[in-house]
Parts: sequence; structure tokens; C-alpha cells
Amino acid sequence: MAAETGTIDALSQFQLTPVLGPVGAAVGFSQSNAHMLLAAGLITALIMFGMSARAVVPGRLQSLAEASYEFVHDLVVGQVGDEGKRFFPFVFTLFMFVLFGNMLGLFPYAFTYTSHIAVTFGLAAIVFVLITVVALSLHGRKFFGYFFPEGAPLWLAPIIIPVEIVSYLSRPVSLSIRLFANMVAGHVMLKVFATFVVLLGGLGAIGPLVAVLPLSVNIALVGFEVLVAFLQAYVFAILTSIYLHDAVHLH
Amino acid sequence: MAEDDGFEQRLRQARARQGMDPPPGRKGALPASGWGIGFRAGVEVVSALIVGVAAGWFLDRWLGTWPWLFLLFFVFGSVAGVMNVYRLFSPRGAARKQD
Repeated sequence: MAAETGTIDALSQFQLTPVLGPVGAAVGFSQSNAHMLLAAGLITALIMFGMSARAVVPGRLQSLAEASYEFVHDLVVGQVGDEGKRFFPFVFTLFMFVLFGNMLGLFPYAFTYTSHIAVTFGLAAIVFVLITVVALSLHGRKFFGYFFPEGAPLWLAPIIIPVEIVSYLSRPVSLSIRLFANMVAGHVMLKVFATFVVLLGGLGAIGPLVAVLPLSVNIALVGFEVLVAFLQAYVFAILTSIYLHDAVHLH
Repeated sequence: MAEDDGFEQRLRQARARQGMDPPPGRKGALPASGWGIGFRAGVEVVSALIVGVAAGWFLDRWLGTWPWLFLLFFVFGSVAGVMNVYRLFSPRGAARKQD
């Protein structure tokens, strides 16, 4: 669509369009929601069908399900400690949802729902509310001591307390911006170089020769994006675990 | 003795498996590449600034003290951003030796 006008239109891929005809338009059901449902269905299918065999020697699907389970389990227990076992379902769901969102977005014609700050901030807000509720329910009023470290001089309190509160409130913001910015940057770069391929390819006889350059860049970028898709899901899960550790242990 | 068939070892393994003995070290650190660290530091500063500016702006609108709280919270946001970056680079265990 960008090639006909001769301009680079890298941002239209993030536009939401209603799907499912008039019903979808009436309730605002966009392709983003459709991909979320698809991801949830795929995750459920992976776990359900993967574990249905319950073989001692796992098959391919079962070993994938077991590997993802153990990966997140080790992550949570390693970061939070053994109290973290009860948060494992939460972190696992979060990790798989973000991972599938990132990975599904790399397919042609697919939509990346993690490229919208509304989605990532929604996820980060859930994490933020959870860590605050956990810290409050475990430690009660001592939670507020978090904002003023022991041993600091009292006259510094008017500076330290607002700074600590702002720092604490910046957690969901940084969590969501990191994921959203990574996904947007990757998809914009892919789109820009893909447009270069089309624009340069139309340059007459020499065109296809030159167009090989951005095409090879794009091939490398796709591989890089697969890495980023996994890494960002991992970072989201591990930061959630670190925040849960802070909430449980209240250093 | 009949009981001495590696019982202690199995008990230790079982205890470790059930998490009754804390594992010696914490595993699973954040990946640390140059670009990743730089990007994370930038995100930490920007998000602290966003929160500071937003808090100041809303407090000003609520209390009608524009622009003083905005300016004050801009400074708080900057300091919080620096603190975030400092925490990113300082070893996480150092602050909680006492636990």
C-alpha cells in the first residue's frame, strides 16, 4: 500500500480495524482482540493437548509444554524464592500471553497486540496492583516504610519520600514502555526496510540488484525480532518476579 | 546398619526439592548486553519523568497551584529517574544483606 504512493507508511500497521463485520464494529471488537483470543486459545491448546498424553518420555508438544512450565517455574522460584510458588500461575499466564503476542505479531498479516501501550500498560497495571496488594496484605503498615529507608536522616524525608513514591509509581510505566517500544520499533523497522525493497525494486533494470540489500537487512531483522520477542516476554516476566520479590520480602 | 542406605542423602534431596532448604544462590538474572542496558536505563529515566510530570500536573490542576507543584515534581521525577538507574547498576543483593 505504501509503494503505490511512493512514501513510507510505517505506522498504519498499528491501526485498529473492527473485525467480524457489523457485530464487531458495534462492540468495538478489533483485530487486536481477535489476536488476543487467538493467543489465549493457542496457549490453552498447547498446555491441554501437550499434557494430555502424560507420557514418561514426552513427545514434541509435551516437551514444549513442559519446557515452558519449567522455564517460568525456575524463573519465579529463582527470583522470588519459595514463597513465589503461589505466584507461578500469574507469572506463567503473563509470560505466555506476552510471548505469544510478540511471536504471533511476526507472522505476515498478523497484528501485534503488544505494540499498543494500552495493552502493555494494562498488563503492567495488573502487576502493579498485585505487588501493592501483596505487600500490603503481607506487611500491613510496614509497607509504607518502603518509601523511607531506615537510617536515612530525618530532615531528608521531604525529599526522599516523594522521590521514592515517584520511583515506585514509575514501575508499571517503565514495564509497559519497554515492551511497547521494543515491539513498535521492531515492526516499524521491518516495514521501512520492506518498503525500501519495493521502492528500489521499481527502479528499472538496476532495481532488483539494489533491492537485494534491504531485503537481506529484513531477513536479518526478522531473526533479530524473534529474539526480541522472546527476550521482551522474558524481561516482562523476570521484572514481575523481581517486583514480587520486593513485595514479599520488603527489603 | 540397615537404615544406612543413603537415607540422609535422599532426605536432603527431598528437602531441597520441596524447598525446605533455601538454594544457595539466586539464579536467573536479566540479560546484560550493551544496547539492552542502555535502553533500559533510558526507559527508567523517561518513565520516572513521565510519572513525576503527570503527578505534578494533576496535583496542580486539583489544587490550582500551577506551575509550582509541576516544577517541584519535575525535579522529583528527575531524581527518581537517576535513582532508578542507580538501582539498575548497583548489585541487587547489596541493599538487602540484612535479610
